[in-house]
Amino acid sequence: MIRIEGINKSFGKLHVLKDVNLEIESGKITAVIGPNGSGKTTLIKTILGLMKPDTGKIFVDDKDISKGVEYKNKIGSMPQIARFPENLRVGELIDMVSDLRSRKNGVDKELFESYNLDNELNKMMGTLSGGTRQRVNAALAFMFKPEILILDEPTAGLDPISSSEIKDKIQKENKNGKTIIITSHILSDIEELSENLVFILEGKIIYNGTVKGLIEEKGKINLERTIASLMESNGK
Amino acid sequence: MNTMLKIIKYELRDVIRSKWILIYFAFLFLITEGMFQFSGSSSKVLLSMINIVLILIPIITISYGIIYMYSSREFTEMLLAQPIKRKTLYAGLYSGLALPLSIAYLGGVGLPFIFHGVDESGQFSVLLILLLSGVALSFVFTSLAVLISLSSDDKVKGLGIGIFVWLFMAVVYDGALLFGSYLLSEYPLEKPMLGMTMLNPIDLARVLLMLKFDISALMGYTGAVFKKFFGGPFGMLLSSGMLLLWILIPYLIGKSIFVKKDF
Repeated sequence: MIRIEGINKSFGKLHVLKDVNLEIESGKITAVIGPNGSGKTTLIKTILGLMKPDTGKIFVDDKDISKGVEYKNKIGSMPQIARFPENLRVGELIDMVSDLRSRKNGVDKELFESYNLDNELNKMMGTLSGGTRQRVNAALAFMFKPEILILDEPTAGLDPISSSEIKDKIQKENKNGKTIIITSHILSDIEELSENLVFILEGKIIYNGTVKGLIEEKGKINLERTIASLMESNGK
Repeated sequence: MNTMLKIIKYELRDVIRSKWILIYFAFLFLITEGMFQFSGSSSKVLLSMINIVLILIPIITISYGIIYMYSSREFTEMLLAQPIKRKTLYAGLYSGLALPLSIAYLGGVGLPFIFHGVDESGQFSVLLILLLSGVALSFVFTSLAVLISLSSDDKVKGLGIGIFVWLFMAVVYDGALLFGSYLLSEYPLEKPMLGMTMLNPIDLARVLLMLKFDISALMGYTGAVFKKFFGGPFGMLLSSGMLLLWILIPYLIGKSIFVKKDF
């Protein structure tokens, strides 16, 4: 379980996260959504330890993440834009991440194989197309069987087949009891995949509950209409 | 294997394949070898290499270091999402940059000397000082490059600051010292000059090299004062210590920025 307590984060005068309190339920898929610049990526980066909150604490399985880096062995992450060292081969990149992690859960090459990445092992990261790089990015997130998956816009930049494959994989891993956090702009993806929803607007959590609950509460036909009405009622 | 060594291992592959390091090595090798071909005497080659070392190493190291640090942002971000302590990652990134630069220098300048040898055994210690001070300068300017790139997120600004730092240390500082000593030529300036020399890593390396060449006699009374100071064990120790501080202080400031930085 991930517990976020009173997180504040500012960049200069810009107050990006405003006293965010949140619990991410274990074993469920939680979508974090909000307009551009609402603080989604900042929230995810603070969980991953890429950014440090000004105040507040984050706990992963009841351990304060500011106290050590061991918790990152439990997390597989897929950043929004896949950026890798240009002059490393795909195979070397995988070896490197594998070398740096504890690997106590073994290796899962399912997504890697369904993306046919075996043929790309000897290519330099810098020579790959955007889509292939994104597939490497996705395969790498799942590869070391992490208990928590943090996927920032997982379907962005993927062709329809790869996109369906990663969605199938997300659902499969959820059935295996993994905790999954997704951000996405594609609301139909979220409606299809996730059970819980966190809606952030200007650094504040406006809604935190189930996707179904929100749609019923607002009485709309789908998530897109529901989010639109939620934004309107908040003066956006 | 230790986590830091693993980071260095993969970064080395990335750096070496970027080809710039190979070009740097080939360039130094061709210059040194070319000088052997033209002059034929190792003492002349050594003397000519001083200026190349003092001017080239700082500018190449600082500009390459800054550009590499900016372009490896993604590498850093990816590694930060893995279970690695920031301090370890910083040490790994730094070494992965300073080591190949030093090795390229040692190989480029050292290999021709291995092929041709030195004329008299006395020159061996000069060669040693030349190689060591070049490595020290590589580390100093890698530290400065890392510090500059972490202090500013703007690539162009970072590179601009780097070139300014080099220009200041390699050219402006000496000019200002010369001008100052001209204005105050009525006063005994040897001691303050000694102190001022210690504050610039390029000057420190230059003085160490000059004194080894026994050309300090050409510098008159000041040369004698410098020779007495830097030539003695205390002076050697102090100036090596100062070069070490020039490596450590920017390295540690950079580390404290890196540990707190948002990526």
